[in-house]
Amino acid sequence: MLEVEGLAVAYGAIEAVKDVTFTVEEGRIVCLVGTNGAGKTTTLRAVSGLLRPHRGEIRFLGRPIHHLPAHTVLALGIAHCPEGRRLFTGMTVEENLMLGAHLRRDSEIAKDMLRVYELFPVLGERQGQRAGLLSGGEQQMLAIGRAVMARPKLLMFDEPTMGLAPIMIQRILDTIALLRDQGTTVLMVEQNALAALTLADHGHVIDLGRTTLSGPGRELLADPRVRSAYLG
Amino acid sequence: MATLAQQLVNGLVLGALIGLIALGYTMVYGIVQLINFAHGEVFMAGAFGAHFAYLRLLPAGTPWYLALPVMTGAAVAVSVAVAVAMERWAYRPLRGAHKLAPLITALGVSILLQEVVRVFYPGATAPLAFPRAFAGGSLTLGPVLVLWTGVLAVVVAPLLATGLHLYVERSRLGRAMRATAQDPDTARLMGIDPDRVVLATFVIGAVLAGAGAVLYGVHYTQIDTAIGFQNGIFAFTAAVLGGIGSIRGAMLGALCIGLVKSLAGQYAWGGAQYDYVWVFVLLILVLMFRPQGFLGRPEGVRA
Repeated sequence: MLEVEGLAVAYGAIEAVKDVTFTVEEGRIVCLVGTNGAGKTTTLRAVSGLLRPHRGEIRFLGRPIHHLPAHTVLALGIAHCPEGRRLFTGMTVEENLMLGAHLRRDSEIAKDMLRVYELFPVLGERQGQRAGLLSGGEQQMLAIGRAVMARPKLLMFDEPTMGLAPIMIQRILDTIALLRDQGTTVLMVEQNALAALTLADHGHVIDLGRTTLSGPGRELLADPRVRSAYLG
Repeated sequence: MATLAQQLVNGLVLGALIGLIALGYTMVYGIVQLINFAHGEVFMAGAFGAHFAYLRLLPAGTPWYLALPVMTGAAVAVSVAVAVAMERWAYRPLRGAHKLAPLITALGVSILLQEVVRVFYPGATAPLAFPRAFAGGSLTLGPVLVLWTGVLAVVVAPLLATGLHLYVERSRLGRAMRATAQDPDTARLMGIDPDRVVLATFVIGAVLAGAGAVLYGVHYTQIDTAIGFQNGIFAFTAAVLGGIGSIRGAMLGALCIGLVKSLAGQYAWGGAQYDYVWVFVLLILVLMFRPQGFLGRPEGVRA
């Protein structure tokens, strides 16, 4: 579904991603793991068009997308749930969800919103409240809900469990698995390699801007190199 | 007493007209953090558009209820065309450049537009009489004389401001504008095209400025190429005073400026010649104690 090949992205003179290659197959959860600063977030930002790669290719459903501006990438079916959630904190829960569905013109937006409220009842209770007043866990739920509202084919999560309490982490990860089971393909970035690789169907290790290892999640978990580098 | 009441009325009318220009400053700043100093010229160009429509397009003796809509349409069309052109060719190429570049460009655009109109519009080297399309006489409230044109301005300006407020709060484009103001990158992830949002913001500001230009013309009955600069400075001050980025703040700031200018012209040291000094004294005083302005908040277009 998504193919990233020889990707290189620089911020000015600093090349954050040097040579990243991986594929995401439809219906899977694919996880990029690696230490802080390895280039995972940069890779996602390049896929969604917020950054322009200076080398390499990104193809989605067979079509090159690395030259497209960010606001057109969602229309192809790629939603990006960014690091730090980046909600519109001055707007209500409902408005944030409506922004997730901004490009849709169909009649099922209200139905999908109810579905989000079913998935996360607390959002339904607070639909008129400003997003900035929600707790960290609730904000993450809203960020996921907002991304789901676009009905994406591929959903990208950047550090979805960062800063959350353990019980909330499990809830978020369960939700991601549920989305996969309902047919959404997932590409996620996590520093918490144990949780991420346990969940993922497939994993890729990024180290200093390069993909170094890849394989099924459980296999990577068992790999001594991964264990020593990321699991301690 | 009668003089005081008369000056309050004059101030109210001036405030309403400045408010319509101030909305353009505040909207554009809210979205792109640019003080578009050429926005006053969007207003000025609209006034000339209405002047042209009345003299060249309408047959003599057209009744006011036909003339006024046609003139407003022409003013809005000219204002929008000027605003779209400056956004597309002056500011868009500078998106992402240092903040000083678009600011200086705005000053350049302002001078350019004033000179273009002065040189090419027939008779514009001197003040022109604005058509009395809505003469309408006046209303006497006890000792106070209120021109119907003033009533028109005081009624129409708040209506337009309220309409804008509702549009920004309720519509799809309004939501996209608020999202872009708050977090442009994340707005792009929602599929919002920032160029379209910015253009729409300039267009909305221009519609209000064009409408304001006709109200200004019929009330003060004279226009010249400097009205954009003069009123633009007050409108910009109103936007800052009210809290830049805030729609309500812009109207409130404009009301204060209108009243201070009128009252100072009557009562303060220096009289009408120095009335504007007191407007800026007010600005300085407010900013000393409340740097964000009356209703200003740290982020985004707010109502």
